[in-house]
Amino acid sequence: MHWPGFPTSSTACDTRPMRVLVAMSGGVDSSVAAALAAEAHGTDDVVGATLKLWGGDSDSGCCSVADVDDARRVADQLGLVHHVFNFAADFEAHVVDPYVTGHAEGRTPNPCIECNRHLKFDRLLDRAEQLGFDAVATGHHARRVRDADGTWRLVRGADPAKDQSYVLAMLGQDQLARTLFPVGEMTKPQVRAEATRLGLRTADKPDSQDVCFIRSDVGRAGFLADRVPLHPGRLVDHDSGADLGEVDAVELVTVGQRRGMGHGSDGRRRFVTAVDVPTRRVTVGPPEASYSSAVALHTVAWVAGPPPGVEAGGADAYAQCSAHGVAVRCTVRAEAGGLTVVFAAPQRRVAPGQTVALFEPARPDHVVGSGVVR
Amino acid sequence: MTTPGDTARVYLDHAATTPLRPEALEAMLPLLTSEFANPSGAHAESRRARIALDDARDAIAGLLGVGPGEVVLTSGGTEADDLAVHGGWEAVAEGWSHSARPPAVVCTAMEHHAVLLACRSLARRHGVELREVRSGADGRIDLDALAEACRPDVGLVSVMAVNNEIGTVQPIDEVAGIVAAGSPGAVLHTDAVQAVPWLDAATCTAPAALVSVSAHKFGGPKGSGALVVRSGTGLSARIGGGGQERGRRSGTPNVSGAVGTAAALVATVAGRDATVAWVGGLRDRLGDGLAAAVPGVVETGDRADRVAGILHLRVPGVEAEAAVIALDRAGVAASAGAACSSGAVEPSHVLVAMGLDPVGASSGLRFSLGVTTTDEDVERALARIPDVLDRLRH
Repeated sequence: MHWPGFPTSSTACDTRPMRVLVAMSGGVDSSVAAALAAEAHGTDDVVGATLKLWGGDSDSGCCSVADVDDARRVADQLGLVHHVFNFAADFEAHVVDPYVTGHAEGRTPNPCIECNRHLKFDRLLDRAEQLGFDAVATGHHARRVRDADGTWRLVRGADPAKDQSYVLAMLGQDQLARTLFPVGEMTKPQVRAEATRLGLRTADKPDSQDVCFIRSDVGRAGFLADRVPLHPGRLVDHDSGADLGEVDAVELVTVGQRRGMGHGSDGRRRFVTAVDVPTRRVTVGPPEASYSSAVALHTVAWVAGPPPGVEAGGADAYAQCSAHGVAVRCTVRAEAGGLTVVFAAPQRRVAPGQTVALFEPARPDHVVGSGVVR
Repeated sequence: MTTPGDTARVYLDHAATTPLRPEALEAMLPLLTSEFANPSGAHAESRRARIALDDARDAIAGLLGVGPGEVVLTSGGTEADDLAVHGGWEAVAEGWSHSARPPAVVCTAMEHHAVLLACRSLARRHGVELREVRSGADGRIDLDALAEACRPDVGLVSVMAVNNEIGTVQPIDEVAGIVAAGSPGAVLHTDAVQAVPWLDAATCTAPAALVSVSAHKFGGPKGSGALVVRSGTGLSARIGGGGQERGRRSGTPNVSGAVGTAAALVATVAGRDATVAWVGGLRDRLGDGLAAAVPGVVETGDRADRVAGILHLRVPGVEAEAAVIALDRAGVAASAGAACSSGAVEPSHVLVAMGLDPVGASSGLRFSLGVTTTDEDVERALARIPDVLDRLRH
């Protein structure tokens, strides 16, 4: 079976076979990605690699010995050499530590995005290049296409329910030129059907959930409580400034959160509008106070450079503020040290540390870039 | 000579494991086929198996310089280490009168994980004080630090005879003197797993009451090893059951394993002087050739302090994990120190014990040679390794 859009050689005139390193998490998507890469490039030129990212306890994701076993056995079945790369120290430094520090300072970082930014599309790409590979393939549901002028574009995956372009929106030309998404043209049911057809042991494996380095029985609160002091805080009314009560740990509260915030005197639900760790204050307000018309971003990344107008009057775009959020119209303007995104209609507040992914106005499935909320 | 397109593999990971010696295979085959019986039975079939087991034990004991009653056959080096640390310590603790606290434990920080984690498990589960003694930058135990750790409250000391990553020989005689002087109530264990292929084990382990060996490091089968328990040394069993091995290690004896171990040990000892000279020469040629061809490469430890088969290098700017994979692709099987259960390479605790930082401890490469290593292997290695390391340098 050959899926459209999957390249079979690096360039048309290059006769040397393309060597591909497939990042295999032990899940079904990367298993099928490996199978498709092997089919396209041959088993001699495709190698599987599983990243050992987390030395502590975990029950899901990319880190456990059971997942490494699954990845290795799938590679064996496909006739691929398989290696394990120990990137645990980098993962701790670039993903876990900033996650913990972020919460301690009242931000809500997205560890999957930081892992993609620093591990899969930096450390792993470097390692692949060092070992003589032309590209890294992953099991992400996203597509890489090339415009007529040669520019690489990052496009939403074919399965809208599984599209992962949001967590890849930090990729630039340098990374995209060396990246393949073999399952990006497929729907999840097609991926599972292909895995079943090939008899891969991961065909029915459940999708990974939540943060891969946090065990479900410990949870985010337990994980953070082991690493940073958590402080009780005061709940303060957004309009009146009145003291509304106490929260157990101000570090565990996220802007936009509704759970545990109760109802106002008007009987309507309360939302978190601000978290201030130093003063231990959580501000809550009615639904209308939980909306904002603009958001400021730092750590801005562009797929193919800043869009026209962003430095001057502003550029039209669509903004997606969470992994499964709906993209909304906005205008994007460069600011000192970052970007301001002005929404066409006010949006639910996005917590500091979260990522906003931007899409083209004329081709709304094409990623423009991303930034992290201040 | 090597030729372009030469795809012959070069196996330089003998410290991880060795191929089975033909003598061992030949000796084992009858025990895996016709002579299959359980040696504990009361019939003719059992008696034949019993004789094979007893002969094997006699041979192993003789070559280790002890009596047959002093050899406890185990499933390998790790079980021997675990039995020595837990079983040896427990026996000491039962008669402990020095203090109300349980006897303390001393080991080197560069021990194999089989010893290190057994000691840490004692510390965790029994509240035992564990003193891990650092090494010098030369890869040998710091004897002053050992003397400081060996106080009268110590019940068990474990110091390996030869380090498995860098191959440095540890001064067990001097260690024994320090232990006897400072910790008269302590039993001394030595992990001699990497010593047997290269040194006269009977002599170099003589001062230790407990000695671990593993067959597959010297051409014997995997899953077979022994703990020497010198007469007068107490030992609590870890595995109870049928009372085999004089009640010190229950379980139906691995007769073929014992027979293969004995045959491999006989062959190893008979050929040892010649092997050490031959392999040592190849190791030196490989080390000298790589030193000349790879700028900045550092050989760990003095050759005079190391067993003949191990060449340990640090290559600044090269991650060992990437190097091992690139070398594999180039047809050379080497190792980067300890591998965890998932197969990932961990920074070497041995290099950390010698004072290296985590980056330095992740740059160690071990090439280990053995009886089957040839001139051509070294030629091929020298033709391939420098290019690979050069390409990996940032």
